[in-house]
Amino acid sequence: MTTYPSTWRRPPQIVTDRRWRIALQLGILAYLVLAVGSVDVDWARVAAGIERGQRFVLGFLQPDFTSRWKDIAQGLKESLTMTLTSTVVGVAISVPIGIGAARNLAPRWIYYICRSIIAVSRALQEIIIAIFLVAMFGFGPFAGFLTLSFATIGFIAKLLADDIEEIDEAQAEAVRATGASWGQLVNYAVQPQVMPRLIGLSLYRLDINFRESAVIGIVGAGGIGATLNTAIDRYEYDSAGAILLIIIGIVMVAEYGSSYLRKFLQ
Amino acid sequence: MSEIGHYSEVWAHRTPRARLLRWMGWLALVALFVWCWQVMTETTIWAFVSDAPRQAADIGSRMWPPRLSYLPELMGPLWDTINIATLGTLGGVIMAVPVAFMAARNTTPSPHILRPIALFIIVASRSINSLIWALLLVAIIGPGLLAGIVAIALRSIGFVGKLLYEAIEETDARQIEAVTATGASAAQVVNYGIVPQIMPAFWGITVFRWDINIRESTILGLVGAGGIGLKLQASLNVLAWPQVTVILLLILATVVLSEWVSARMRHAII
Repeated sequence: MTTYPSTWRRPPQIVTDRRWRIALQLGILAYLVLAVGSVDVDWARVAAGIERGQRFVLGFLQPDFTSRWKDIAQGLKESLTMTLTSTVVGVAISVPIGIGAARNLAPRWIYYICRSIIAVSRALQEIIIAIFLVAMFGFGPFAGFLTLSFATIGFIAKLLADDIEEIDEAQAEAVRATGASWGQLVNYAVQPQVMPRLIGLSLYRLDINFRESAVIGIVGAGGIGATLNTAIDRYEYDSAGAILLIIIGIVMVAEYGSSYLRKFLQ
Repeated sequence: MSEIGHYSEVWAHRTPRARLLRWMGWLALVALFVWCWQVMTETTIWAFVSDAPRQAADIGSRMWPPRLSYLPELMGPLWDTINIATLGTLGGVIMAVPVAFMAARNTTPSPHILRPIALFIIVASRSINSLIWALLLVAIIGPGLLAGIVAIALRSIGFVGKLLYEAIEETDARQIEAVTATGASAAQVVNYGIVPQIMPAFWGITVFRWDINIRESTILGLVGAGGIGLKLQASLNVLAWPQVTVILLLILATVVLSEWVSARMRHAII
């Protein structure tokens, strides 16, 4: 008879083989040593930065909305208009692409073209697209608008296409049996099934686009990000704190508003 | 609904009133769009816009062929980028776990003080992009990898915290009750009642966030926070377009690879 241990120990849940577990732990340890070793930190600079960090925290606690209000208002105006126009245009372009990328609605060759448009749009990051579009279209919110529209296409079209592929085929079959044309099929069988989700996704994307509009300004595409970048470059942490609080506030309002609106529309 | 006087000749999906309302809604949206468009393009210089195709062709011709001999020089920054993402994820997860336990309704120690604070931390971290965190941190603690790691960590708190606290709230209460019934202390309840239930979700979320962080850390260098983005910024500044092409291709390859790794790992876990 083997002796049983007097206390119970929880068996491992994920990697059940003991040898693998030890190898994995050693591997992680080795990686951490290597990785931390390759991070060279200038501790003197960090120590000097602590004081600045305190000033930033103070600026965050006592934000200064007034002294740069004109710049902030201009940045906000650009960001908000950019967000709305790019979401509307992006969604309008995504709908045909999304329908084309749904295997059950589009012929094979259109399906591949639309899926590759989506793949390209999703693979490239907003900020990299923004760099190129700023180089092509000049500084300002127009380049930002194009960037966000392009990014919206990849997001909405992919989720819309996946949603269309998962519709209830019985309803489509019923509409098809009445002799409906392809356009009528899309309008009466597909559209009612995917519309609530499309509206939800569009609102969610509106939220994302606002957040992204705060970032692409750093590379010159207009919006509140440009104002924030300037404030930080001037070491005006109280203005930067005010801008960040505005961004957080708008994102919170957008999040609650869109969840309320989605509930109302469904 | 009760009395229908006559039937319409043509079937319509909605009542006239609903159609009018919807039509008004769309009209309002279009009006808002046109107004926003006008405000947005007030300062746009249309000469630049009409010039764009020529500019695009120009940049395109400069970018090709990519300067592949630049590739060995990029391996160091690539390693830095992966470290920023991995160490940042690690730091973010370590900070996110207590926040998640404070934010979950069933485990929070004080629903009126700590829970709102935890929720605010989550929202604040989620609404500020890692690039903005990096911008701030580069100004505060100086350029370099550390700023990138901390930026990624701060950004990850919100994402991991939100998904994890939802997972904690969805745990099966009966298992927790069973552990409590054995006379377990609060820590033991968490350890044996909750942790085993959220473990798969936890690893899934962590790997998913790591994948996103790889994506985000490739561009943190644009604001000076180390990694391959620094090289991108340097090449853009001197208009070395063939090098930019190489860097973008490398970023694309890294992102695709990390996505594949994360998909495989999540598949293995869940």
